Amino acid sequence: MVKFSVKKLHVWFGAAHILRGVSLDILSNEILSVIGPANSGKTTFLRMLNRLNELEPGFRMNGAIALDGADSLSEDVERLRKRIGMVFAMPLPLPLSIFDNVAYGARMHGIRKTARLQGIVEQALREAYLWDEVKDRLPTSAFNLSGGQQQRLCIARTLAVQPEVILFDEPCSGLDPISTAKVEEAMLKLKRQYTLILVTNNVKQAARVGDRTAFFLNGELIEVNKTDKIFTVPADKRTEDYIRGKFG
Amino acid sequence: MKKNPERSQKIAFFFLLLANLLIVVPVGLIIVIIVAKGFPALTWEFISQMPRQGMRAGGIFPAIIGTIYLVGGAILFALPIGVLAAIYLCEYATHSRMSRVVKLAIVNLAGVPSVVYGLFGLALFVVFCKFGVSILSGALTLGIMILPIIITASREALESVPPAFREVSLSLGASKWQTIRNIVLPNAIPGILTGAILGLGRASGETAPILFTVAAFYLPRLPSSVFDQVMALPYHLYVISTQVPNVDEKIRYGTALVLLLLVLFMNSVAILIRNKFRKQKRW
Ligand SMILES: Nc1ncnc2c1ncn2[C@@H]1O[C@H](COP(=O)(O)OP(=O)(O)OP(=O)(O)O)[C@@H](O)[C@H]1O
Ligand SMILES: [Mg+2]
Repeated sequence: MVKFSVKKLHVWFGAAHILRGVSLDILSNEILSVIGPANSGKTTFLRMLNRLNELEPGFRMNGAIALDGADSLSEDVERLRKRIGMVFAMPLPLPLSIFDNVAYGARMHGIRKTARLQGIVEQALREAYLWDEVKDRLPTSAFNLSGGQQQRLCIARTLAVQPEVILFDEPCSGLDPISTAKVEEAMLKLKRQYTLILVTNNVKQAARVGDRTAFFLNGELIEVNKTDKIFTVPADKRTEDYIRGKFG
Repeated sequence: MKKNPERSQKIAFFFLLLANLLIVVPVGLIIVIIVAKGFPALTWEFISQMPRQGMRAGGIFPAIIGTIYLVGGAILFALPIGVLAAIYLCEYATHSRMSRVVKLAIVNLAGVPSVVYGLFGLALFVVFCKFGVSILSGALTLGIMILPIIITASREALESVPPAFREVSLSLGASKWQTIRNIVLPNAIPGILTGAILGLGRASGETAPILFTVAAFYLPRLPSSVFDQVMALPYHLYVISTQVPNVDEKIRYGTALVLLLLVLFMNSVAILIRNKFRKQKRW
């Protein structure tokens, strides 16, 4: 089933033409990896899906994005963002306790009862494979966690809002291999319930976790296909060059 | 002449030290002189009694109370308005022409001499709003005078909250106002309080803005409403130093010392509150 349908998407920041006509369908319960060299527009594409680009000065766009068949650009932006979580490149805990970080979204959506919040927080932390490591220190500052733990905390915080789609923007770029493995493990499990889109600079990571992989270059989608196809018989010469490490 | 790096270093060091001494020495002297000459006047009677004998004896209690009312009123007025204005400028109207005009106005307001605020307060609050020469008029005039300080400090405080926090909050589906209320403001409070501290100091020391709007020359009783006149420390100091003959030096310096201590006390309270919030902030 098609979750997101992006059609002829163009984005400009000021005079710079950043996305140049990207058309792409994203399926329910798949992990779509997005790869490409720096400045190819991967982050910009991701931030179109939860409409964070609208905050930027000089932002203009053209094209259509549909979520479950309905135009996402005309939907109420807060409700849309509740359905589409995002995990950023750097672990970004809010300056709050561990508990309050995870409970933040739920509280903002009107849940006040402590018992209910406790349930939500515990479940989200379990889903992000962090519960056992933090269950005894929930009231302490989130900044005391390690980088990898912070990133899983950010995943838990996103899960606590019960989104349908989760956007990951290079979630492991600041992490060591063991933390990376834990985050990847969490992502593979999450696929059962959520649609995941993973932007990554790490081609091997895309190969490990992506069901399908999209290759971006200079604001264009060069090709998108099953991950094993992209990595064995890419249709485009530029894709092959990139995954063989010839540029980027 | 041959260059001698060691000697030029010594010369440079000498001037750097001199510059620092030029800052420290006057401050130290002011404090030493005021404390030395004013301390003997500092009795319980002095700070708790009405003035007597045409202000040549007795205490300065009504002036202390007057200054506290005026400064408190000014902060009560300027802090909420300043913070709301700063939120609007930083979070809502970031790049609009309106915000540029307002920012320019604030910069210029900060440069207006305080006596001009006094005249302005006289025209607007005393005469036009018919508040009369009163605590209300004086506090509002002082409030307008410190508004630019508070807005500028609040804006800097809001801008120093990392934009990434805002994005995280918004990406979780929080509204803009929820983001400001729960993430931006709590982390900006220490900086906002710094602005309040600066404003407190400025408001408690100025004479010109209260001259036409509130300050009483000699009024040995406490105000009963915001429409009453009061005495205030800076103006009282001016009066007993220049307008009333034969006032004991002790009383003049005692008044100055009380004013200093009052500002110090109000600042300490604000700093204590600020430190309490700073402790929570960690990134
Ligand atoms: N808010 C903005 N204002 C102006 N230009 C922007 C903005 N955001 C992104 N750009 C520009 O858009 C281009 C694409 O950026 P984007 O972040 O999408 O690339 P990316 O593929 O994610 O790169 P990386 O792998 O380095 O993260 C860059 O040239 C960048 O300078
Ligand atoms: Mg990026």
